[in-house]
Amino acid sequence: MLERKKYIRIVIGLGVTLGVLIVAALCMGRFSMNPSDVMEVFTAKLSGGTPDESMETIVFKIRLPRVLAAVLIGAALSLSGTAYQSTFRNPLISPDLLGVSSGASLGAALAILLGGSLQITQGFAFVGGIIAVLLATSMPKLLRNSSNMTLVLSGIIVTGFMDALIGVIKLLSREQDQLASIVFWQMGSLSHVNTAQLLSILAPILVCLVVLFVLSWRLNILSFGEQEAQTVGINVTLLRGIIIVCASLLTASAVSVSGTIRWIGLIIPHFGRLICGSDNTKLIPTAALLGGAFMLVIDTLARTMTSIEIPLSILSGLVGAPLFAWLLFRQKAKVL
Amino acid sequence: MSIEISNLDFSYGTKQVLRNLNLSINPAETLTILGPNGSGKTTFLSLVAGLLAPSGGSIVYDGKPFKAMSLRKMAQLVGYVPQILMPAFDYSVLDYVVTGCAPQIGSLGRPRQKHYDTALEAIQLLGIEHLTEKSYRQISGGERQQVSIARVLAQSPTYILMDEPTSHLDYGNQIRVLKTIKQLKEKGFGVVFTTHNPDQALLIEGKTAIIDRQGNLVFGDSSEMIDEEYLSELFGTQMRIARIEKKGRKVCYAASLNNEETEEAERVEEAELAEEAEMAEEAERVEEVELVEEMGADI
Repeated sequence: MLERKKYIRIVIGLGVTLGVLIVAALCMGRFSMNPSDVMEVFTAKLSGGTPDESMETIVFKIRLPRVLAAVLIGAALSLSGTAYQSTFRNPLISPDLLGVSSGASLGAALAILLGGSLQITQGFAFVGGIIAVLLATSMPKLLRNSSNMTLVLSGIIVTGFMDALIGVIKLLSREQDQLASIVFWQMGSLSHVNTAQLLSILAPILVCLVVLFVLSWRLNILSFGEQEAQTVGINVTLLRGIIIVCASLLTASAVSVSGTIRWIGLIIPHFGRLICGSDNTKLIPTAALLGGAFMLVIDTLARTMTSIEIPLSILSGLVGAPLFAWLLFRQKAKVL
Repeated sequence: MSIEISNLDFSYGTKQVLRNLNLSINPAETLTILGPNGSGKTTFLSLVAGLLAPSGGSIVYDGKPFKAMSLRKMAQLVGYVPQILMPAFDYSVLDYVVTGCAPQIGSLGRPRQKHYDTALEAIQLLGIEHLTEKSYRQISGGERQQVSIARVLAQSPTYILMDEPTSHLDYGNQIRVLKTIKQLKEKGFGVVFTTHNPDQALLIEGKTAIIDRQGNLVFGDSSEMIDEEYLSELFGTQMRIARIEKKGRKVCYAASLNNEETEEAERVEEAELAEEAEMAEEAERVEEVELVEEMGADI
């Protein structure tokens, strides 16, 4: 058992780090600012004064929505991965492996093909993600085999099928504009995020976060196994249902804005466990903070490293894949 | 109050696993469930634990059928110690044991200090305090079995079910588990456990139920149920039961690894030997009595 004091120190440490990162991210960009400038804009805005107009636009209209979206999406993906891993008792599961990301891409691609607006694309992506996870999680039930491998394989099957359908849509799309949008969407980016989009995912993500946090101790029991949970009086079907819905809502909300971003939902829960152990009552807040910080770093790098935006899935893959390899090496592949 | 099981049937799809079982399970008593592989021992336990619903018949406690009981009520009545499993994630022993308190904690709640105290008490009762802060994944199989029992003690149900608590354990740990079962019985718990070893039924006494390959169950006092002929047929191998006078208990064992004809010859020979031994014993006893009488006369 992790001592309470140590845990509180971890959470405070992560919170402060995230705060510093947010301020740093607000300063960084093509038009770089001092932290004091950013603070000035904030205090002026809050006290009802008139800050420098161009600075205000950059901070409040351009950077802040994007920075907050990055934190929110990173937290959502990490929480989603944590919840899936615990409820399926499978440390190899992640939102992308369950096909959520591919399903969301398919939904978005379909909306782009049909010429839908940004909101419609977001909605389609959301529904696609949910359908994919339902397919992936119901397959082991039909096969009556609940081993770790079956679920991973189901995820691969669903992902493969969804990817094939995306291919079909790409073939059917107009080369000049639609195809480019679909490809861009699949690579993931926060470059077009606006306040309205941020607000549209804020509520579902916060609600799911609270629900998962409240149920986190029960999630621990579920992670020991269905029988163990049921024999201590837990309604396994109901609890697992709520948790899967929350985890799927989180990922679907995130990718509906950002496009597909792989790896975060897989590696952040593992890093969280490295820091604070497997106890979900502590892991859920830790993973949310860690994921938010990680995503913010990735997105800030994506928009500042070169003169053009680097798609998020490229950066998260470049960073995430080696990190996961290192984690496996460290744990001597115990997860298998 | 007993758990009354009557005319219990269970089928997986079209395959009938248990047929018309009738028995009662009492508090402060042990019930050993014996049977060959695939005879439905675990299925039977799952039914009593409320993990499966019967296809026919009923399981009733205090006039109330199990199906009418809430999951929480069920958990307060029956605790279940599953076969040793390796959890996917790492928890400390204390964090694991405290999950036994779940029936006493609200659906949205978390364990408080008093629940941790209950868990610590259960850990103490089993004498495994040294494991409290250890990682559940890194302790041995025997220790994990004791930890699982501590968890069910923290749950504090009236009945405790254990699915093959001695399998995968070395001999010393098997005996340790049996001792624990006996202690639990003495504390007033009704303990039901499945095993492959008929000798355990004799060792622990109490009641025994035997499930055969057809899914029929016979039930009675352990000393009567452990019968050479019946067990030999059940397990398809020659079984022997002998009395160890020194310990005053019977043991059950496989006769030998020879084929059946040599078996029979050996059996006859052994019976003769036993008779001879008995006669010798009788003679000794007579001698002793005479000796005592003589001494008495001297005094």
